Amino acid sequence: MLETLTTFLFGRLSLESFPYHEPIVVATFFAVLLGGIALVAALSYFKLWGYLWTEWFTTVDHKRIGIMYMILGLIMLLRGFADAIMMRAQQAIAFNGSEGYLNSHHFDQVFTAHGVIMIFFVAMPLVTGLMNYVVPLQIGARDVSFPFLNNFSFWMTVGGAVLIMASLFVGEFARTGWLAYPPLSGLEASPDVGVDYYIWALQVAGVGTTLSGINLICTIIKMRAPGMTMMKMPVFTWTSLCTNVLIVASFPILTAVLVLLSLDRYVGTHFFTSDMGGNPMMYVNLIWIWGHPEVYILILPCFGIFSEVTSTFTGKKLFGYTSMVYATVVITILSYLVWLHHFFTMGSGASVNSFFGITTMIISIPTGAKIFNWLFTMYRGRIRFELPMMWTIAFMLTFVIGGMTGVLLAVPPADFVLHNSLFLIAHFHNVIIGGVLFGLFAGIYYWWPKAFGFRLDPFWGKMSFWFWVIGFYFAFMPLYVLGLMGVTRRLRVFEDPSLQIWFQIAAFGAVLIALGIGSFLIQIAVSVLKRNQLVDVTGDPWEGRTLEWATSSPPPGYNFAFTPVIHDNDAWWDMKKRGYARPLEGFRPIHMPSNTGAGIILAGISTVLGFAMIWHIWWLAAVSFIGLLVVAIGHTFNYNRDFHIPVDEVVRTESERTRLLSGQV
Amino acid sequence: MTTTVEAMHGSHAGHDTPRDATPPVFYVRDEHAHEAASTALGFWIYLMSDCLIFAVLFATYGVLGASYAGGPTAKELFDLPLVALNTSMLLLSSITYGFAMLAMEKGRTAQTQGWLAITLLFGLAFLGIELYEFAHLIHEGAGPWRSAFLSAFFTLVGTHGLHVTFGSVWLVTLMVQVARRGLIPANRRRLMCLSMFWHFLDVIWIGVFTYVYLMGALR
Repeated sequence: MLETLTTFLFGRLSLESFPYHEPIVVATFFAVLLGGIALVAALSYFKLWGYLWTEWFTTVDHKRIGIMYMILGLIMLLRGFADAIMMRAQQAIAFNGSEGYLNSHHFDQVFTAHGVIMIFFVAMPLVTGLMNYVVPLQIGARDVSFPFLNNFSFWMTVGGAVLIMASLFVGEFARTGWLAYPPLSGLEASPDVGVDYYIWALQVAGVGTTLSGINLICTIIKMRAPGMTMMKMPVFTWTSLCTNVLIVASFPILTAVLVLLSLDRYVGTHFFTSDMGGNPMMYVNLIWIWGHPEVYILILPCFGIFSEVTSTFTGKKLFGYTSMVYATVVITILSYLVWLHHFFTMGSGASVNSFFGITTMIISIPTGAKIFNWLFTMYRGRIRFELPMMWTIAFMLTFVIGGMTGVLLAVPPADFVLHNSLFLIAHFHNVIIGGVLFGLFAGIYYWWPKAFGFRLDPFWGKMSFWFWVIGFYFAFMPLYVLGLMGVTRRLRVFEDPSLQIWFQIAAFGAVLIALGIGSFLIQIAVSVLKRNQLVDVTGDPWEGRTLEWATSSPPPGYNFAFTPVIHDNDAWWDMKKRGYARPLEGFRPIHMPSNTGAGIILAGISTVLGFAMIWHIWWLAAVSFIGLLVVAIGHTFNYNRDFHIPVDEVVRTESERTRLLSGQV
Repeated sequence: MTTTVEAMHGSHAGHDTPRDATPPVFYVRDEHAHEAASTALGFWIYLMSDCLIFAVLFATYGVLGASYAGGPTAKELFDLPLVALNTSMLLLSSITYGFAMLAMEKGRTAQTQGWLAITLLFGLAFLGIELYEFAHLIHEGAGPWRSAFLSAFFTLVGTHGLHVTFGSVWLVTLMVQVARRGLIPANRRRLMCLSMFWHFLDVIWIGVFTYVYLMGALR
């Protein structure tokens, strides 16, 4: 009787679900708990809750939402990196009969969580955050097309991240690898909650990602300032458009395939089971039809960042703008035609493998064109080696290596040898760190002064840069060697002692990267303390070329007092050169969307719904589902969604900027 | 002259378009586009993303549609006259939604509401018949857990049914909102979105009817 009641109330959740017998997890839990208590206490002591709620959590301002995405991405980077360094340490010591310090139950969760977190909750939020912040400014808009949806999307991403973090302390995470292939992820092989955490975290976050994709496409198509034709858009906006098209064209596939996996696990259907007609390879096909575009979702905006940075810091117009746009579009299309190269070993035959091998190799052509465009932009330019430019050059060198090993893997016979080896691991870290992460750092350094009105301290930035870049080579070049020697991925212990030195070098590289991350955090702290010395009042610290540099740093809530008119790709450069005079009078009230708490509430309920489904707490699932409907429908009854910024306030803001600008001269 | 200026800026790639002597206009005082302008496009893109979910389900059915696992086949299970009746319910509901939109264009609130109510009835009839079909199949031992074919069948048809259910809830919500505030621009926009959604489900159903039921009966 009591048992029935507790099962009804708590589903599968019991005291046994808490991993209090795992010392590493317990220590982490107490560290997080102490940190959390300290944070809550500090916020309460300084009475910041109201401020956070009204100014940040409920905001519909694309700039603040962008900043919150960046904070989420950086926090999750720490978690994902903690997983990485645990793996490197384990693999460096688990030789000569040593079991290392992680048991297989824990190690398998660590490599799964590392992959899931780094892709979905580090790279995605950082990329989305930059797009959110920069795109409306670059196209001269006041906000995105659907400001409320933007807030909702962000909180759904947070909801997914919360579920993944919860799995660390309540229950366990998937032990399947980051794409959760069945039948391993099916009910028979993984009856516990790990895969369910995986499914629901990705589903909740995936809703946010898809909606944010729709939002940014509409913004770019509909909200461009007059004069900005498609071929006058800044390259970052172009790559963002292509990325968001890819998001909308691929995330629904992930949603659908995860639904099918859930049905297998919850209802007992036979999509991916090994019996009753199911077909596990169909899952692998479907998930890579999402998964391959996904890597281009991450890299394309970074290509856009490199284009902006190269052109700005060489003081030249971007070489080959048109070819850059077409290269981006071609990559967008081709990224859909290569998914099978992730499993050449499936055995679909020589013709199919050849097709996908060749399409994969073809992608290197537009990508190579981009590299040459950047090089030609730099050719005979006056290059300023500021931090964003340093990351860009590190990217070009590193990414070319990763690209070439990618072309190598695209050859099916070679792939049969290297499939699932550490060579593959080295390859994709080479392009994701060397491409996406370096790009994100370039973007963060480049646009930080825009967002906060002061630059980041260059000394600690250079420390972080060199630790990261050198650390990357130390950490991943040994994996190429090991992969060529035949070492497969996801191994916990090793037999052959001659391999150990390579893993030790890789672990040393991971330590260097840790120092790089540390330097980055120190840099932020130091820069905030020294912000008066690093201040920029012009709003244009890098001699920028695109529209975001035309307004103040940080920009006012309405971005531009008057809608700009565009005559050139480098709109702001053109304005500066042809005697643009900033308007000083004639301001009008500005129509803006109002803040709303509906987004965070809906996302909160969705997270509870996910948690209830994971633990089979059916009553809670039902209640939260109904709650979701009620709040969502209730929100549509609110017709007062906008307001006007009074003209006095616009005048005050603009005069303040005038004062700052004149003080500068 | 131009070259000198650009050289001072360290630029070598000059502008190739000729420049006027008078400085051009760099800003306008008029207000910019707002949410309303993007809604139709945004909703259309959402529909396309939803369409992809159905694409996955159709593809899945294509792969697994003959994996009977020794269980009943499509030919044995499908009751075409019932499905034909069901299809007519949905098609009629699309027509009546069209009439509702025509009434809305003319600004006739009561007429709009009337056609919406009829649309709702057709939608509920469709759902009722579908639920009857599902219950019947499960009763016969042909539930979604019986074989991969039935898993794919129930999921594809059921997802469509779930969409119609949400559409119906949405329709009721809009009827309440129209009753409260009339055919104001915001409500017209919403009715337009639901109209796209409703017709979209009709198109999907044509695919289901042809690909699943008709071709299943031929298999």
